Amino acid sequence: MTHFSAWSLLKNALSGHKNWSEQWPDSEPKAEYDVIIVGAGGHGLGAAHYLAKEHGITNVAVIDKGWLGGGNTGRNTTIIRSNYLYDESARLYDHALDLWEDLSQELNYNVMYSRRGVMMLAHTVHDVQSFQRHIHANRLNGVDNKWLTKEEAKEFCPPLNISPEARYPVMGAALQMRAGTARHDAVAWGFARSAAKRGVDIIQNCPVLAIRRGPDGAVEGVETAKGFIRAKKVAVSAAGHTSVVMETAGLRMPLESYPLQALVSEPVKPIFPCVVMSNSVHAYISQSDKGELVIGSGTDQYTSYSQRGGLPLIEHTVAAITEIFPIFNRMRMLRKWGGIVDVTPDRSAILGKTPVKGLYVNCGWGTGGFKVTPGAAHTLAWTIAKDEPHPINAPFTLDRFTTGRLIDEAAAAAVAH
Amino acid sequence: MLLIRCPYCEETLPEMEFTYAGEAHIVRPENPSDMSDEAWRDFLFIRSNVKGPHFERWRHSHGCARFFNAVRDTVSDRFLTTYKAGEPRPDLASLLSAAGQSESEK
Repeated sequence: MTHFSAWSLLKNALSGHKNWSEQWPDSEPKAEYDVIIVGAGGHGLGAAHYLAKEHGITNVAVIDKGWLGGGNTGRNTTIIRSNYLYDESARLYDHALDLWEDLSQELNYNVMYSRRGVMMLAHTVHDVQSFQRHIHANRLNGVDNKWLTKEEAKEFCPPLNISPEARYPVMGAALQMRAGTARHDAVAWGFARSAAKRGVDIIQNCPVLAIRRGPDGAVEGVETAKGFIRAKKVAVSAAGHTSVVMETAGLRMPLESYPLQALVSEPVKPIFPCVVMSNSVHAYISQSDKGELVIGSGTDQYTSYSQRGGLPLIEHTVAAITEIFPIFNRMRMLRKWGGIVDVTPDRSAILGKTPVKGLYVNCGWGTGGFKVTPGAAHTLAWTIAKDEPHPINAPFTLDRFTTGRLIDEAAAAAVAH
Repeated sequence: MLLIRCPYCEETLPEMEFTYAGEAHIVRPENPSDMSDEAWRDFLFIRSNVKGPHFERWRHSHGCARFFNAVRDTVSDRFLTTYKAGEPRPDLASLLSAAGQSESEK
């Protein structure tokens, strides 16, 4: 596998870019692995990368029913931030942010992590008070976040209209400067390439039909469309389909799957320097490096596996964006899509061990799983390798729904879900 | 956009008039103080999250404002039927064969 560098780029340029080697092989399953990961999105491939690199476990397969990065990894709005309210969440998301900073170097793959800042607009007195409280809580946790007056917000994001005559006047904003965006496909590809280089098999277009358990209850392997594959450790990282897969192992999950839609405009010249979110008007927007405006908001109201969602939600989203940024009201939209997100009752993830021996789970990220990709993958790999919780993922257990120790980001959310 | 038939108004109307209200036929506990933590977890948090025909509640918020039940396929988002609150769970097999017939008539 070629090491990417200025030198390899120059060398391949001289031969017309016709001799690049493949980045990872499309593997056929072996009879047995040490670890099987169900779901080849950023989270699953990332866990394989960290298992191989940090724990020396390379006899690993990552299995996906479709192509790698074809689920929610390729269907999000690429926003990365860590300004969550609760201590448990702050540690986890900030751990992810620490990993994002060096991810391109770590993977020798440009994930285009751009620290352009995420700005959350306050439109009401209540917004101002709750954001300022949020900022103080973040800073006590060592998480970067600061308050901007509306003039400072305008200076940071010139397209912003701060006129008091606006339909939703801007009274100030919370800015996380460390936050930003990354290229979502490159995250999946970078992790895949790095994992494959260390010996991990990536098996695509192979649905996992069931998780098989032995007479003692422990995991024995997975039934797939390409036959039974043995493994003593199985990690499920299947986003919206997690509850379907887990049910085959006899575990009912506290999850519901909703469509989360997003859309992009036609590409235009650089106009939008950061990410702007508005909870009250309810939408978020940034501009991709290709020039498209990337726009999203909340999930559809009903559960679904259709990867589509309804037009009323798109109408609501676009209405919110044009209320805040009337300059965009004549932009043409290029395409929209939906991903299926798995939502827990407290809007926090479930990450780590399960009551079934040898079965691990990484799910429940709801509408915000992309930002935490390296953090979730890194701590999940630790848990798989050592069969014990990582200090950072320890609070995100499945049994908190029995004990009542919820991490209620639904109530504390930095955004509406 | 979903088109939903309200069994009270007896009209098929756009999704915008309705509010989704979660899984249907979840029975409230009769003796809450006798329940174990596991039973509370199942009642409060565990949902079937079916991939396929799903029994669910809707409310005709911008119409008669009443709650009713529906069976919707969560893969195609197509409604198999809607029925009044309090009516028994319809037989899924006959609903599916009826849906299959109407599909083949097209």
